[in-house]
This record gives sequence, C-alpha cells and structure tokens, in this order.
Amino acid sequence: MGNVLELNRLTKHFREQVALESLDLTIPEGEFFSLLGPSGCGKTTTLRLIAGFEEPTEGEVWLRGRRLNGLRPYERNVSTVFQSYALFPHLTARENIEFGLRHRAGGWRADAPQRVRAVMEMLQIADKAERKPAQLSGGEKQRVALARSLVVEPDVLLLDEPLSALDPNLRKQVRAELKALQRRVGITFLFITHDQEEALSLSDRIAVLNAGRLEQVGTPQDLYLRPKTRFAAGFLGPVNWINGVGVRPEATRVMHERPSEEVRALPATVENAVFLGNCIHVEARLATGEQVVAEVSRLNGTFRHGEQVHVWWREADELAL
Amino acid sequence: MNRVRAWCLAPTAGVLATLFLIPLAILLGYALLTRGAYGGAFPPWTFENWQRLADPLYLGILGRSVAVALVSTAICLVLGFPLALFIARAGRRKHLYLYLVILPFWTSFLVRTYAWMFLLRDTGLINEALLALGLIEEPLPLLYNYGAVILGLVYGYLPFMVLPLYATLERLDPALLEAAADLGARPWQTLRRVVAPLSMPGIRAGSLLVFIPCLGAYLTPDLLGGGKTILVGTLIQNQFTNARDWPFGAALSLGVMAVVMALLMGLIRRQDEGVL
Amino acid sequence: MRLLPWYAAAVFVFLHLPLLVLAVFSFNESRFTVWEGWSLRWYRAAFGDAQLIEATWNSLLIGAAATALATAAGTLCAYGLWKRASRWISTSLSLSLVTPEIVMGIALLAFFQWVFRYLGVRLGMHTVILAHLMFCLAYVVIVVLARLRTMDRTLEEAAQDLGATEWQAFWRVTLPALVPGIGAAALLAFTISFDDYVITSLVAGVDSETLPMVLYAMARRGANPVVNAISTLIVFGLGLLIVAAERMRET
Repeated sequence: MGNVLELNRLTKHFREQVALESLDLTIPEGEFFSLLGPSGCGKTTTLRLIAGFEEPTEGEVWLRGRRLNGLRPYERNVSTVFQSYALFPHLTARENIEFGLRHRAGGWRADAPQRVRAVMEMLQIADKAERKPAQLSGGEKQRVALARSLVVEPDVLLLDEPLSALDPNLRKQVRAELKALQRRVGITFLFITHDQEEALSLSDRIAVLNAGRLEQVGTPQDLYLRPKTRFAAGFLGPVNWINGVGVRPEATRVMHERPSEEVRALPATVENAVFLGNCIHVEARLATGEQVVAEVSRLNGTFRHGEQVHVWWREADELAL
Repeated sequence: MNRVRAWCLAPTAGVLATLFLIPLAILLGYALLTRGAYGGAFPPWTFENWQRLADPLYLGILGRSVAVALVSTAICLVLGFPLALFIARAGRRKHLYLYLVILPFWTSFLVRTYAWMFLLRDTGLINEALLALGLIEEPLPLLYNYGAVILGLVYGYLPFMVLPLYATLERLDPALLEAAADLGARPWQTLRRVVAPLSMPGIRAGSLLVFIPCLGAYLTPDLLGGGKTILVGTLIQNQFTNARDWPFGAALSLGVMAVVMALLMGLIRRQDEGVL
Repeated sequence: MRLLPWYAAAVFVFLHLPLLVLAVFSFNESRFTVWEGWSLRWYRAAFGDAQLIEATWNSLLIGAAATALATAAGTLCAYGLWKRASRWISTSLSLSLVTPEIVMGIALLAFFQWVFRYLGVRLGMHTVILAHLMFCLAYVVIVVLARLRTMDRTLEEAAQDLGATEWQAFWRVTLPALVPGIGAAALLAFTISFDDYVITSLVAGVDSETLPMVLYAMARRGANPVVNAISTLIVFGLGLLIVAAERMRET
C-alpha cells in the first residue's frame, strides 16, 4: 500500500520563533504513527499544519497525492480528536457525531443514520446518544470525540494527546482499546503524545521531535534499542551513561562477586536499594563519580547501602549512538 | 452575622421601598383615578384609563414604538455581533478595543444624541458637505424622521449589545470553532450551527438591554424625531405636561412596564445569569 | 471572516467619528457648519454664560451628593447580599434597572407630588438628589458585588478567627480590598447622574436646573456652536476622569 500522508520540508515559524524546522515524514496507509516529544517540540504544530489550522511558513503537506497547502480545514479529508475533545456543548452525543456528516462534501447521505449508529455501537456509546456533553464522563466524552471523527472516514485521524485528560486508571484501559479500534477500522492514525510508554505500546512507528526538529523515526524497538541521538535515547526511557556509553537500567546488572572477563564491569558502591516487588531498584556510584541505576531481579540477592559491588553489562546491550 | 447583614441591607431596602416601589404603587393608584383639570388624580375610581389604551390611536403609537425598538435592536445585533466576535478574538489588544466600545457609553448620552443633530440637520455637516460637492441641490431631510430616531437609538445603545455578546463569545472555546471546520463546516455554517447557538445567552441579554430602553425612549425621539414622531415615551411625558392627564399617563407607563416584564419573564433563562 | 476586522473598524468609526467631528467643529470660528478657522470664541461664550455656569454647579453638586449616598448605601447592600442573597432586594434592583427612564421619572414625580400634598415638600435640589440616588443605586450594587465575588470569603473568617468582630472584619479586611470596586462604582454613579436628563427634568424645581436641562433646551432650539463647545468639554472631562480612575486602579 502507498503512502497516505507526506510531509515535505514542513516548516513553521511564529514571528521569530521556530516551531518546526524542515520536517520530512512519510506515513503509509493504515499505520499507527506517533509523534513523540516534550511540550514545545513542534508535535502539536505539525498536527495543526496537517489539519489546516495553521499554514506552514515553508514546505508542503500531501494527502493521498493531493497537495493540501492553502486548503481550509473543512476542505481537507483529515479529522482531529482534540485534547479537550471540543465537543459542542449545545448538541447531544448523537448530534455531535452527525455534525461532520452534515457538513462534509458529499453531505448527508441515505446511509448516514446507519453509519452513526454503527460507530456508536462500535464505541459502546449507543445508550448515551441523547445526552449532552456535560452529562458524559471523561471516558464517554473521549469516545464521542473519537466517534465524531471516525464516522466521516478521514484519510488520516489526528489525535492530539487524547488520553491526557483521562485519569491514570482509565488511561491504560483506553490505550488498549484505541489500538484495537485502529486495527479494526484500518484508518491511519497520527497520534501526538509526550508519554513514551503510550507511544511505545501503541505505535507501528514513532517519530521523536525535539525543539522543532526530527530526531529519529523508527519502530518502537528501533527507537528504544537503537536510538541515534542522546535525546532520543533519554526520552524513550532512562539510560545510564557510563564513560559515554549508554546502557538501559534493565540491561545493567549488579553482583557482589567479580563477573567473568567476557562482560564489561566496573566496581561501585551501593547508595540506595529499593525493593519494588518484582525487582530491586539499585542506585550505585562508580569510582568515576557517575551514578548508575539498575533494575535487578530479586533472585540476584540483596543489596545494602555502602556495600562494594560490581556493575556489569553485555556489550550487545550498549546503545550505539 | 444576620444583624450585620440586616444593617447593611437596610438603607437600600429603604430607598427601594420609598423611591421605587411606593412610587410605582402610587402610579397604579393614579391609573385608576380620574384626571383633574390642572393635573393630578382624583376620585372617582375608574377603569376608563385602561380602556383608552385599546384606542386604535394609542395602540398604533405603542405598536410603532415596539417596531422602532425592534428595528433598533436588530440593527444593534447586526452591528454588535461581528464587533463582539472581533474583540473576543483580538488576543492581547482586546482590552483596548473593549475600552473603545465602553468609552462612548461612559460619556454623555445627551451629547451623543446631539452629535447626530449636528450631523443630520438641514444645515448640518452631511448636508453642507453634499451641497458643497454639488451632489444635491437642496438639503436632504435627514433629521426629524423615524430613520434618525433609530440611528440615534442604535448609536446610544450599541454598547449594551456588544458587552454581553462579548462576555459569551469570549468564553467560547476556540477549539470548538476548529472542530467545526475540521468536521467540514464552512465559516458560515460554523457561525450558524456552533457560534450562534452558544452565544444565545449573550444575544438574549443584549437584545433585552437594548430593546427595553429603546421602547421607553423619550430623549432620542424628541431630539432626533422632532414633533413628527410620536412614540410612547413622548406620549407619556405629554400626559404629565401639556395634556395634564396624569391618570392616563400612569396607565401608559404601567402598560410599558407590563410589556417589559412580559419580555423579561419570557426571555430570561437561568443560564443567562451572570451575563446580564 | 476575513472581512471581520474591516467590519469592526467601520463600527468603531461609527461609534467615535460623530463625537470627534463635533469636537473639531466646536473650535470653528463660524456660527455655521462651514469651516472658517480655529477659534475659542464658543468656549468663551460658554464660560461667560451665567445660566450655564450655575447649571454646571447644580449638576456637580447633585452628582456629588447622589454619588456619595448611592455609593455608601449600594456598597453596604452589596456586602449584605454577598453574605446571603435577598430575593426581593435583588429583584427590585434589577427591576429598577430595566424600568424605562420616563416611567421612573413619572413615578417619582407622582410620588413627590403626593408627598407634597400631605407634607408640604416642594420639588427642588433635594428631590433631584433623591431621584438620582434611586437610579444610581442598582449600578453601584452590581459593580461592588462583582468585585466581592472575586474575593475569598475565608479572609473574613480568618479575621474573625483571629479575634476581630464582624464589623472589624468588614472594616479592616473586606472594605480595603473593595476600594477599587467602590471607586469604579462611584465613578459610574457620577457619570450617570451627571448625564441624566429625562428623570431630572421631571422632578426638578425652579432652583435646580442642571447642565443637561440647559443643554437640552439649547439643542432643541436648533443650531448652536456653544452646545458643541460644552459637549466637547463634557466628553473630555468625563473621559479624563475615567482614564484617571483607570490609572488609579492599575497602580
């Protein structure tokens, strides 16, 4: 299948400030693609440029081979799930979902009521159809927002941190549902988030943005195991930097006796050891003064403050930048 | 606590009772009495004043007053809504713009009405300019007609429309407008389906705040309409000066109050509180 | 949507141009609406008019008295309503706001005439002040109450917790924080009082002709550049007052 969305040297400046600098991305049909980065990295700007809420300073947005530059938001076949959901407070859930069908090109077709019903059933909100947004819970609002955007069958669904307004317990559950939903409808999802766990667990591919520039694109494994920059390595998860070499805490081992010659090892002093149930979180300081964090299986023994230990890891687990 | 509150409310309660509620009650009494030769109101008690309200002559004046107030309100809405929308979206400069709307409201209503006399009269600026340019042969009759009255009312009460509209539009989440466009609605459709319904509290409040003073307007019709435009405000004033028919004037006043009250009860919703 | 700024600009011009033109022509040498050069003769004429000066003093006096009374009563009332709402007071105040001026004027006139009949009170400065107190009151309550609603109720409770009586809590804690609101309310009351013609003309006596009454009579008689001059002075005077008040509030 071909690419549905292409960003070509996409650039946005707000006055003197660079929000996005020359971003190139291609997203194939049906992919769950995430834009990951800290706030102010340009990920929301990218989404707004694709949706048409902002016009790029330079560069192009192509959707299914059609150049979108200069087209108004209502002329683009993309749809946005807003961070705040932006449900129309004066309309019921059903009327919110119908809104796009009534206004988009092609208009209100004969099968519209069926499509509305189908999408509400798929998202399990059929019994909330006649409620106003104020009468819906956070999770229900999110489903209505999703339904409203899905029912118009966009070429790309843009999701602007849609889980951030949910409480943490609900967030994990909705995350799993969102992935299943995307597989089921087969629509390309462009997902914006600052939460690396969300991005890793949901995405087919992830683009990491920092200060308006693209750091790296790749699968979750690529990014976690083979980050190309220190920023990408650090943003996707904690890293121990030992003599300029990065090692993830779960690949970092600690033991009392001297390890074999085949692995890399350094002597260290335990500063803190916290029992977390499934593992022990050990903080140790190397002779060089660098602090190392290791997640050690409880089967590897117990560690106490002040103990002399050996920190070791396999060369294969080093992050090659 | 309650004693402090009672002492705080007492002065206002006293003023309201003696200078507002009792006068209205006296008006009600007058409306049921018979006129005196030099003004005032005397027994016997009668409903005649109320029956006279149904006279086609007076009904016509009342109808015309309602029509003038309605047209003025509609024009204020047409002028004020886009202005309020613009100010609500003006970002950092919105306070300056708001100031520009409020400033004329703080200055004298009489002066603002007079300014239009100055512009519109036969020897006024507009006519003099048109004459000097050779566009007209003799002055246009711009002043002393219903058009001038409506212009004056719109000019005088436009801020009353803009402020409540601004209050509701300012609270409108910009993401809702983006969501509407995102779902395929053109600007006009967004305005009709999203912005207008969500600003109904402001539209209702603004319309009432303009309509009510327009209905009872006395100064504007008198100055800009001259003797040719009799509206209910002028009619009431006349009963207490030239006509010396206080009971009928009282009945007219209470008739206007009744229209105002009916409008308030019919139009105000609970959600409008805080806007008005 | 792209036309919106132009539309807004046009409405702003509509709001401000007439007053601006009036101000410019108040400096015109000519008696007629033909520009003959700058002059202050109409201002000299205005300041030389004894009737105008007296009416201005009357207006200032009435405005000051009505403002003081309305601000005091209205502030206390707002405080009382903030403590606990009172349906009949709120309703009466709102009703007074939406009562057409002519109706309120007539009602007050009827009331004063009635009192006159039994108590021998005549129309005059005092009746004008009472009438102005009445129609300014609701504005004061609204402005002060809006300010009170932004305040933290627990402040007074904290003061009482520290040993202050209710009155002390009001005087020492709430009132000082209310000063900007009270100032704004007083200013609004003064401008409304200073401007009123309809009610004033109905309840005024022979000794209490106000500036709007004189202006109105002059305007009704027709073209008069002196009215332009006084109008300009009023607009600028009130404008300065508001800007000054705004400055005071900011600092």
